[in-house]
Amino acid sequence: MSDIRYKVVVGLEIHVHLSTRTKMFCSCALEYGVTANSRVCPVCLGMPGVLPVMNKKAYEYAVMAGISLNCQIARFTKWDRKNYYYPDLPKNYQISQYDLPLAGSGFIEIPLEPGQAKRIRIRRAHLEEDAGKNLHTGNFSQVDLNRAGTPLLEIVTEPDMNSAAEVRALATELQRIVRYLGVSEADMQKGHMRFEPNVNLVISKDGKEYKTPIVEVKNLNSFRALERSIEYEVSRQLDEFIESGRVMEMGNKSTRGWDDTNQATMLQREKEEAHDYRYFPEPDLVPVEMNDEWLTDIQSRICELPLEKQMRFVSEYGLSDYDAGVLTQDRATAEYFDNAVKHHRGDAKRICNLLSQTGLKIANEKGCKVSELGVSPFQIAVLSQMVNKGLISATASATVLEQMVQTHEEPQAIAEKLNLIQKSDEAELEKIVEQVLAENSAAVEDVKDGGKKSGKAKGFLLGQVMQKTRGQANPKVVSKILSRKLG
Amino acid sequence: MSDELLNFSCIELRDKIASGQVSSVEATKAVFSAIDEIEPVIGAYISTFKEQALKKAKEVDANIASGKNVGLLAGVPVAIKDVLCTTFGATTCASKILENFHAPYNATVVQKLLDADAVIVGKTNLDEFAMGSSTENSGLKQTVNPWDSERVPGGSSGGSAAAVAARMCFSALGSDTGGSIRQPASFCGVVGLKPTYGRVSRYGLVAYGSSLDQIGPLTKTVGDTALMLNIIAGHDSKDSTSVNEDIAPLADYMAELDRPVEGLRIGIVGRLNIGADGSVQKAIAEVIEVYKNLGAELVEIEMPHFDYAIASYYMVATAEASSNLARYDGVHYGHRTAEPKDYIEVYSKSRQEAFGKEVQRRIMLGTYALSSGYYDAYYLKALKVRNLIRGDFVKAYQKCDCIMMPVSPTTAFKVGEKIADPLTMYLSDIYTIAANLAGVPSISVPCGFDENRLPVGLQILTPAFSEDKLLRIARMYENQTKWYEERPELINK
Repeated sequence: MSDIRYKVVVGLEIHVHLSTRTKMFCSCALEYGVTANSRVCPVCLGMPGVLPVMNKKAYEYAVMAGISLNCQIARFTKWDRKNYYYPDLPKNYQISQYDLPLAGSGFIEIPLEPGQAKRIRIRRAHLEEDAGKNLHTGNFSQVDLNRAGTPLLEIVTEPDMNSAAEVRALATELQRIVRYLGVSEADMQKGHMRFEPNVNLVISKDGKEYKTPIVEVKNLNSFRALERSIEYEVSRQLDEFIESGRVMEMGNKSTRGWDDTNQATMLQREKEEAHDYRYFPEPDLVPVEMNDEWLTDIQSRICELPLEKQMRFVSEYGLSDYDAGVLTQDRATAEYFDNAVKHHRGDAKRICNLLSQTGLKIANEKGCKVSELGVSPFQIAVLSQMVNKGLISATASATVLEQMVQTHEEPQAIAEKLNLIQKSDEAELEKIVEQVLAENSAAVEDVKDGGKKSGKAKGFLLGQVMQKTRGQANPKVVSKILSRKLG
Repeated sequence: MSDELLNFSCIELRDKIASGQVSSVEATKAVFSAIDEIEPVIGAYISTFKEQALKKAKEVDANIASGKNVGLLAGVPVAIKDVLCTTFGATTCASKILENFHAPYNATVVQKLLDADAVIVGKTNLDEFAMGSSTENSGLKQTVNPWDSERVPGGSSGGSAAAVAARMCFSALGSDTGGSIRQPASFCGVVGLKPTYGRVSRYGLVAYGSSLDQIGPLTKTVGDTALMLNIIAGHDSKDSTSVNEDIAPLADYMAELDRPVEGLRIGIVGRLNIGADGSVQKAIAEVIEVYKNLGAELVEIEMPHFDYAIASYYMVATAEASSNLARYDGVHYGHRTAEPKDYIEVYSKSRQEAFGKEVQRRIMLGTYALSSGYYDAYYLKALKVRNLIRGDFVKAYQKCDCIMMPVSPTTAFKVGEKIADPLTMYLSDIYTIAANLAGVPSISVPCGFDENRLPVGLQILTPAFSEDKLLRIARMYENQTKWYEERPELINK
């Protein structure tokens, strides 16, 4: 008991809904939250005699994701049928890819400590069609097939993650990537991403190594549930090992479900059932051949990826890793920022502050992106330059930005209208400083004494100047004058 | 008049309608009186659409009268196998499980017939889900052979073949997975074409073995087959396996039909023909004489893997069928068991109650072939054999323009004769299956009668997408022999 150390081992299966306009094998619209069975046709209902036709866009989206995950893109793939009976599966088989996935052996870099990234290997990625949804009410069940036929990208990693935090980092990074690529909305609330981690522990005890049985946790649809379920499994498996000494054997992999209410995993299947999906090549679809031309065309649609961008913001613009992370959370914001700095000579740090402290807050409240607030990258660049030039204070620049969002006026005009233009004229300010010093001899004495009260007294005098100028004095200039006058 | 009218070919009838000698309404009425008279004996139809047919016929007549442009089959009464989806009537596949299924769409070929201004008179009987060689596996009714009502019409497109032979329509569509157009055509003395896989859209054809299924016409004459193929062939964006016309251009199959193929080299697999009944062998030998007299040359060819075709077929077809038919589960539509204990019973009982024995047998066979541990030994091996058979054809066609052999080792057998012995029944497809495995086109042409005055069929095969040549070769024979002038006793009286 005393000498137990362990390592967490996690591999992840991720299902990502692709955001094509239509379904994988028919032309039904992909819409969320509409009346049950209103986005269906004979093809996605699996009616007799109908045939699937591949959505080329979905295939291209999947290839874009594959390339971005540094995968080998297959030049020849085919479709296979995965046969199983379930009421939400209209044909009682799912069209999937079995032995020839469209992407294989890649990797994803996940950001961990600031400036640090870990490489997680990707085993494969393939396309398939999603099933519908069973809705259980009372004594009977109903089936909604709106979701049936949604293009689903399944990504499988190698078991390269060693903590819940790493798994979460991978999940969020993947979300960021697919959103950048525009291939998925990756909205967790809408079930656009679902996770199935395989978790076990490698335990060192008394110089020996033991592996606990692998547990697959099914269908997690939030980052939090994903992270919590792994944390839970780690402690559960450790306890179980200490109690029973149970270790991994052929066929003792089990499946557990996440109970959100109790924040615990619950056993679903004890033994890994020999699922026989009777895969065979889908005769209704022709194989997909990827030639150079098509691949190059797809490649050309891939933008700078988030982690790359984040690192560049740090190195090129001197942002902190944290700030760069905030700004690269979504592609539109990152590009807006990049544009303001690169093309309109904005001050990177000031714009970063304006966006992260004010812009993002407003955008959040409005439920839009920073780029959609009606403030152009040029305008925010100008605003940042106004602060740099001492025309307005950093604090005032936030007020100006808020106003810009409302009135869409130029920053200069707003600053003037709101009397936010700072007085920086030394001669003018000197007069006011002299007046303040004359009126507050006690404080002047305190400063000159240089004792404990000195700093506070200087601040008081500065405050008095600001008050007299109704906040419009440039505090830097005032400070300089005060220092000169009081030695 | 009506009797003579019913003997017209599609082309003759169409031309007479177009020129006003006969009206489509007249032809349609004649067909329905034939149906009234003969159908109780033959049982070719699962459903008929008299009112709708007459309405269409009137429309066509009116359009012709007013000089409007009409389609290639304007006013001609035709039938379709009840495995093709239609927005009118039910699409039953002769199965209890789909007895009340009404499709919300037309199969592409059905739409093409409608667009060609054909008058669809009804949907014909078949072996349930096209699984069988005698139409005895129909879950809904029995069809008999118009040449001898104690005999089967063949299958699975038995209803279509019988309807054409009995003059209850002018042509019919069937589907052919392992011989299901050609064998009943042969048994009923009509022409039946299985086009190249991919030539005709399968959209709306209820799938049996998707990689083998192909829709084709059953007609009185080779000319009518060419006309029907002109209407139904072509790429369909709804069927990815229908071939792009850039790769395999379409032909006007009627244009050069009467131009004989010069220097025709006919491939014969001598050892194969020996397996057929004496009367069948004799008929084929006579066919060869006819072609020889036309200047054709005989070439002995090898088809070394032909003998494994049946084994390969019953793996591939049933494997695909086990998956294709999985959707008939009582959940979304079709028959549902009355009081299931749980949802598993919804599946198992619904299927047990509504699928016939042969369908259940093939589903089990196919499920087994695909099961883990057996996949390599059965399904995968069957695919390998399939490739070898394709190779046999490629090699053979280096030496000859076409291959000729019987359609079936026997003429029509008696109702009940083989139904208890599935293996013997399967063997009746021995000559037809290879064309499906290789995807090549194949036609069945009437070539005489046996001692019981039962029709014998000649099978001709050519390379993929050479239907134009295939039809020309068939026409050479038809022009010499005119077997289509013979009619079953039943309708002569």
